[in-house]
Amino acid sequence: MSALIIARLTFREAARRWILWVALILGIVFLVIYALGFYEIQKDMQSSSSSTIVYSEIYNFIFMAGLYAINFMTIMMAVLTSVDTLSGEIASGTIHTIVSKPLARWEIVIGKWLGFAGMLLLYMLLMSGGVILIVYGISGYTAPNILPGLALVGLNALLLLSVSLLGGASLSTLANGVLVFGLYGIAFIGGWIEQFGSFLNNQAAINIGIISSLIMPSEALWRRAAFDMQSPLVSAMGFSPFSSNSVPSPYMIVYAILFIGGVILLAIWQFNRRDL
Amino acid sequence: MVATSSNRPSIEVRSLNKTYGDKVAVANLTLTVEQGEVFGFLGPNGAGKTTAVKMLLGLIKPTAGDGTVLSAPLRDCHTRTRIGFLPEHFRFHEWLTAEEFLTLHAELYRMPRLTRQKRVPELLELVGLADHTSKKLKQFSKGMLQRIGLAQALLNEPDLVILDEPTSGLDPVGRRLVRDIIRNLRSQGTTVFLNSHLLSEVEITCDRVAFIKRGEVLRISPLNELMEGEISVSIHGQGFSPALAAGLTHWSKNIRIDDDLLTLNVVSRSVLPEINRFLVEQGVDVFAIRPEQISLEDLFIEIVGTDGGL
Repeated sequence: MSALIIARLTFREAARRWILWVALILGIVFLVIYALGFYEIQKDMQSSSSSTIVYSEIYNFIFMAGLYAINFMTIMMAVLTSVDTLSGEIASGTIHTIVSKPLARWEIVIGKWLGFAGMLLLYMLLMSGGVILIVYGISGYTAPNILPGLALVGLNALLLLSVSLLGGASLSTLANGVLVFGLYGIAFIGGWIEQFGSFLNNQAAINIGIISSLIMPSEALWRRAAFDMQSPLVSAMGFSPFSSNSVPSPYMIVYAILFIGGVILLAIWQFNRRDL
Repeated sequence: MVATSSNRPSIEVRSLNKTYGDKVAVANLTLTVEQGEVFGFLGPNGAGKTTAVKMLLGLIKPTAGDGTVLSAPLRDCHTRTRIGFLPEHFRFHEWLTAEEFLTLHAELYRMPRLTRQKRVPELLELVGLADHTSKKLKQFSKGMLQRIGLAQALLNEPDLVILDEPTSGLDPVGRRLVRDIIRNLRSQGTTVFLNSHLLSEVEITCDRVAFIKRGEVLRISPLNELMEGEISVSIHGQGFSPALAAGLTHWSKNIRIDDDLLTLNVVSRSVLPEINRFLVEQGVDVFAIRPEQISLEDLFIEIVGTDGGL
């Protein structure tokens, strides 16, 4: 199918871009530093005697910190590699000999989505696999609900990818970048406002947070993932940067999936009606 | 190329129109391109040639009007398996090698693998790029890119080939190559639709031409009819005056006097003796009368005018 041809082309093109390799190298550097840091902490902890419960809390905290970084890096990758895929090809005219072939416009959009999705999921699995193995290898600890947690991080990346494609179908590369990062920022700040609101029992703040996650569900997805993977005591203790006090409901996940679907359909519609 | 049973036109558009806000890019374009002919679209920059072509290919949606291409509606997806297109400002994925590039486009044409494997080397050979099969497009010169662009348009043995300024980046050898390819396509019965500035090329290759300016078609005519009956005459003499020019408008619309040289266009040689008698009666000393077949360039300027370009 033509969409798969485009997917393969997109994957290959993304794989050779310098951004990917920088992200990969930075990711590896991160893993190395993470491993060294964790190893040192572990050594320290072994010398002092504490209960195993405290140990697993600390391990969980460090694990979540690592995963938060992975979440962030994957999102950055999703945006930076895909931000110009449609807008750049339209601006340069590369799109003309493609669109004039016997394939539908939706096949181009879906093909690009699939190509990037494949690359992003591979990157995420590699990096998060690294974090999981490092934590397990050094301390023998694994967080609960890792698979659902990773699935949500993956979903987060796909969300940013979809928004980036919608922006690319409608706007210039620069405007698209501003849009996507802007939305991410709204979600991020909104998420924090909601956290504070829940800690201080301020309903207005909580509502602001909820609205921002409706506009852009990225923070909500992370908070849900963090909730699934955090250790039970953390929620009782209050919040940390890497876990949730105000927990998004499971409906948020459904909303996010529908949101992604809606954004992709909108991207297709936009690209379809566009004069090239 | 598949032989079609009926002799329906390859392209048929009626009142095709494209406006962007206030600006009219293409106004009421109505034309028919028959199967197997080489049709030239001529006009200054910004006349609407590329917009018209993009409407034929479904890249741009018309504001009004409709038409058919290869007997199917303008935006029909499947018809594009039989259409080859080379845009004017072509850009390709430059990280691909020549072979990978053609293979990609062959896949997009839905050509089966065995056919692809046969056609890709054939086309590289045809456009003279067989020695550069494994070279990345990034390293190609503009002329080479134009040639491989032409190759990708011909991959699936199309019934209709649309070329937007196909020779603009080429040296004379390259232009000859493109001309030969067009001639071959014509002998195979393929329809070719050509946008071009290079009037000398159009003169050699086209059967019919349309002149377009500011979105409107000014004239459509077979090339031979257009060229015959237009003769440019230079008359060397003394005593030319502006009043004389007024008197000559009876025979010609394009009159120019530069000191001792009078140039004008006439429809046929038969009026030359009359003009000669007129000049002599007006007291002009006539030294020489030189008729010349008008070039397409002169015709172009005459029809389109010199103010139309952007």
